[in-house]
Amino acid sequence: MTFSETFIEITYIIASALFILSLKWLSSPKTSRWGVWAGEIGMALAIGGTLLYKGIVDYKLVAIGLVLGTIIGIPLGKVAMTAVPQRTALSHAFGALCVTLVGTSEFYLRAPDIPPFMMAVLSMEVILGSLTFTGSLMAAGKLQEVLPQRPITYKGQNFVNLGMLALAIGVAGILVMHPDQVKLFPALIVIPLIFGVMLIIPIGGADMPTVISLLNSYAGLSAAAMGFVLNSKLLIIAGALDGSSGFILSVIMSKAMNRSFTNVLFGGFGQIQAAATGKEEARPVKSATAEEAAAILSAASRVAIVPGYGMAVAQAQHKVRELYDALTKRGVDVRFGIHPVAGRMPGHMNVLLAEADIPYDKLLEMDVINGDFPQTDVALVIGANDVTNPAARSDASSPIYGMPILDVDKARTVMVIKRSMAAGFAGIDNPLYYLDQTLMLFGDAKNFVGNIVRELAGSDGHHG
Amino acid sequence: MKVDLLTGLYVFMLAAFLGFQVITRVSPLLHTPLMSLTNALDAIAVVGAIILAGEHKNNLAAILGTIAIVAATSNIVGGFIITDRMLRMFKASGPKKP
Repeated sequence: MTFSETFIEITYIIASALFILSLKWLSSPKTSRWGVWAGEIGMALAIGGTLLYKGIVDYKLVAIGLVLGTIIGIPLGKVAMTAVPQRTALSHAFGALCVTLVGTSEFYLRAPDIPPFMMAVLSMEVILGSLTFTGSLMAAGKLQEVLPQRPITYKGQNFVNLGMLALAIGVAGILVMHPDQVKLFPALIVIPLIFGVMLIIPIGGADMPTVISLLNSYAGLSAAAMGFVLNSKLLIIAGALDGSSGFILSVIMSKAMNRSFTNVLFGGFGQIQAAATGKEEARPVKSATAEEAAAILSAASRVAIVPGYGMAVAQAQHKVRELYDALTKRGVDVRFGIHPVAGRMPGHMNVLLAEADIPYDKLLEMDVINGDFPQTDVALVIGANDVTNPAARSDASSPIYGMPILDVDKARTVMVIKRSMAAGFAGIDNPLYYLDQTLMLFGDAKNFVGNIVRELAGSDGHHG
Repeated sequence: MKVDLLTGLYVFMLAAFLGFQVITRVSPLLHTPLMSLTNALDAIAVVGAIILAGEHKNNLAAILGTIAIVAATSNIVGGFIITDRMLRMFKASGPKKP
């Protein structure tokens, strides 16, 4: 090893340590920003070290790539917080694209002399990379609503999907044994590209948190496979960290929906739900006006707000913050109950509420806040549906039976802001709406919360 | 070559275990920034792309390598910017709240 090679390796070792520290510091909001700095320093060191590599003869291309990437990256870093789920999906696609392109080049540079193990990891890199690329683009398209959000299912879908995956693995197997069959290689890219599209077609919006996490995991694993191909331990470490992060998040999301991985990917949730909506009946509900809601809220001493994707759609988080302020000023204890799968990606609600300046210590996890609902005067549900559905606890025939929910029905009064009585995205009837203590607040979440805030301010005026 | 692959497996195994330990401790509050941060770190794949484009062994490798640099760099830049933006928003309810 020459001096410069040793120096480059040392920058990689330091970068690896900084990456691990970066994730460690993310354990608490107090230290989390150090995590970003550690990651940035590690990244700068690793890139700087790589640029010293003697084998680089064409600095022009490298510079073009770095500059163009920066130009594209800056606006991607400045998207609105509501667009974070689709931005995340898009970045998984970019990561996978990089890995796939490098893997493809490596194959054509090295073929036909590729040892079996090397060909196996190279195949894994390219298969995972390609399917993550199209899968993530599809997910981003659905989240951005340029593609239909409803799950599209057809007969034999699982058979087709598994068949394609098996075919790709079969081709990889042939290449491992006969790496001189160079003509077969494009199949390793094309089949997974189609598979990625087919994989996301049956996925509905409510499943997005799990799917994004899963794609995150695939992106990480493909990068780790690339690390094996290039014999780069830094890349193996970064890929393993990203892969395990995505995997852990997928497990958390699946558990929060009481579903297995295979069920998310091969379940066709939409079909089951369509069957369940048949038995809908017109039962009476109680509704209330903003004025009545304001009166009940101001008389309460403990309020729990449960936000869902509907709050994000209506962009109501800033009005919710005003409500939080108005109630807190009156001495009402206001907290938020966050279901792990509320929204379209893990942690979605927390980011939106933090953006609206709601202190993070008021944002409570499901397990923490659930014990408090019996002592809560008012549970205010804003744009959430399935995650509050008591049928998940009691009705074994419900498609979401067994899913952990926020026990808002145990609060003394439940108020639900909802556009109409139409079934939610998942299409499952929610018995919560027909309970004695439930008041439906019909209207757009942003306007309705705004009206409540105005009523609260108005009554302040009356009482001096 | 064989030894390198085995060493790689050791590294992968250790890093995956470490990842599980570290990431299970990340507060669910920060799961969105976690995803954007790991995404940025994962774009360290750029070092492979830099070598590929920089070595310029043939035109295919150079072109694909350059596109790969663009993709990875946009993840690095975008990922760090948005992660920091998100983390800056998380504030505790301090004693001197308005």
